[in-house]
Amino acid sequence: MVTVGILALQGAVREHARALEESGANVKIIKRIEDLEDIDGLVVPGGESTTMRRLIDKYEMFKPLQDFAKTGKPVFGTCAGLILMAREIIGQEHGHLEVMDMKVHRNGFGRQRESFEVPLTVKGLEGEGDYIGVFIRAPYIDSVCPDVEVLATFQDRIVAARQGRFLCCAFHPELTDDHRMHGYFVGMVEELKKTFA
Amino acid sequence: MVQTGTDRVKRGMAEMQKGGVIMDVVNAEQAKIAEEAGAVAVMALERVPADIRAAGGVARMADPTIVEEVINAVSIPVMAKARIGHIVEARILEALGADYIDESEVLTPADEVFHLNKRDFTVPFVCGARDLGEATRRIGEGASMLRTKGEPGTGNIVEAVRHMRLIQSQVKKVVGMSEDELMTEAKNLGAPYEILLQIKREGRLPVVNFAAGGVASPADAALMMELGADGVFVGSGIFKSDNPEKFARAIVEATTHYQDYDLIAKLSKGLGTAMKGVEISSLQPSERMQDRGW
Repeated sequence: MVTVGILALQGAVREHARALEESGANVKIIKRIEDLEDIDGLVVPGGESTTMRRLIDKYEMFKPLQDFAKTGKPVFGTCAGLILMAREIIGQEHGHLEVMDMKVHRNGFGRQRESFEVPLTVKGLEGEGDYIGVFIRAPYIDSVCPDVEVLATFQDRIVAARQGRFLCCAFHPELTDDHRMHGYFVGMVEELKKTFA
Repeated sequence: MVQTGTDRVKRGMAEMQKGGVIMDVVNAEQAKIAEEAGAVAVMALERVPADIRAAGGVARMADPTIVEEVINAVSIPVMAKARIGHIVEARILEALGADYIDESEVLTPADEVFHLNKRDFTVPFVCGARDLGEATRRIGEGASMLRTKGEPGTGNIVEAVRHMRLIQSQVKKVVGMSEDELMTEAKNLGAPYEILLQIKREGRLPVVNFAAGGVASPADAALMMELGADGVFVGSGIFKSDNPEKFARAIVEATTHYQDYDLIAKLSKGLGTAMKGVEISSLQPSERMQDRGW
């Protein structure tokens, strides 16, 4: 069984834990640098990206998180997590972890009153047009480099993508009972673990 | 196809705030200090509760200029308070683009019988509660997030502790009951039966429950987390302290690492004076904000 960590500085942690466990992974809550040892993959959850970045800096987790991503282990960012993973953020001088070659637009769909849910088709998941994406003050991906695979779009905006061992989505897969996205990620983690072993 | 204002979208927004601190601010400058300190959201209002208490008179929704100023100053979500039952204040705040509305007992109620029908709105609502009856009635009306009432603007944590402990123990009691006991419990609590049934089946409240009303120090914030709060609202505690920047940062950290006592000890050092507190028994019945709401 693989062990997936969830960065738990702030945000939706419990929901991710449930979805990962139901997808067949062990879950480890990550609050400090030393927690990053012994995990096979990492989820960077939704929350407030500004707040998470401040807490990451405060606990000097920035470098260790980047190093973790570079060790070759999979990382899955949802909503705020997607923003943290992007190379470029529109309107900001720098990205955060800068592990995925894409440009993102924060709160791209507007404020809370514009938040929505909508059925999507996500490449790599079974089924068509039956995956409910819950978008909350969500970002979208404005553009990607050629080696980033687009997994889902909504109104011509990219809302899920994969680059090698990095996976991200603008919606909240943890807020529904449909755990296919988590299953997809756990599959990635299992595959890479086999390669390492 | 595309649906806005669904329960998932409204409640989910509060889920994203978990483990965080929401701070009261009265202008753009304070909002920036709060964001800089790591707040997950700010509550834009005209006066913090301690000043509302001191000023007396009727407390209303903030001037829209303040709400707009704060919305333009920060990228984190902005909440704002409407009076209990004041449909139009709530609609104005929704039109301004507030991300969450607090139907709040801190302001003077506009309706002494009915709360807002919060299901009518696209914007989500947070409401205060002292016990499970109040909490579930607010959920029944469509609140997407709860907070303890505590006793706002006093810097005294005792009421928030009372409310959090009571709600937690009542949830446990409901979860432990058999289904045939629930209707009588619903009657006794004044709670909607279906929501009690949902709590029993899921083992917890269906929405996030924050602590609010009297948090004045990092230790207070950590205490509320220890008691099971999902996060913390700080009203007067930050900008009524000697050093708001330092206080704000310390409260955020204490909330994240609420069980790391070495850390909380360290960050509680040399914070300066916390806000001056008020002993609850010295309040006149008419001064008790927590008794507003029904």
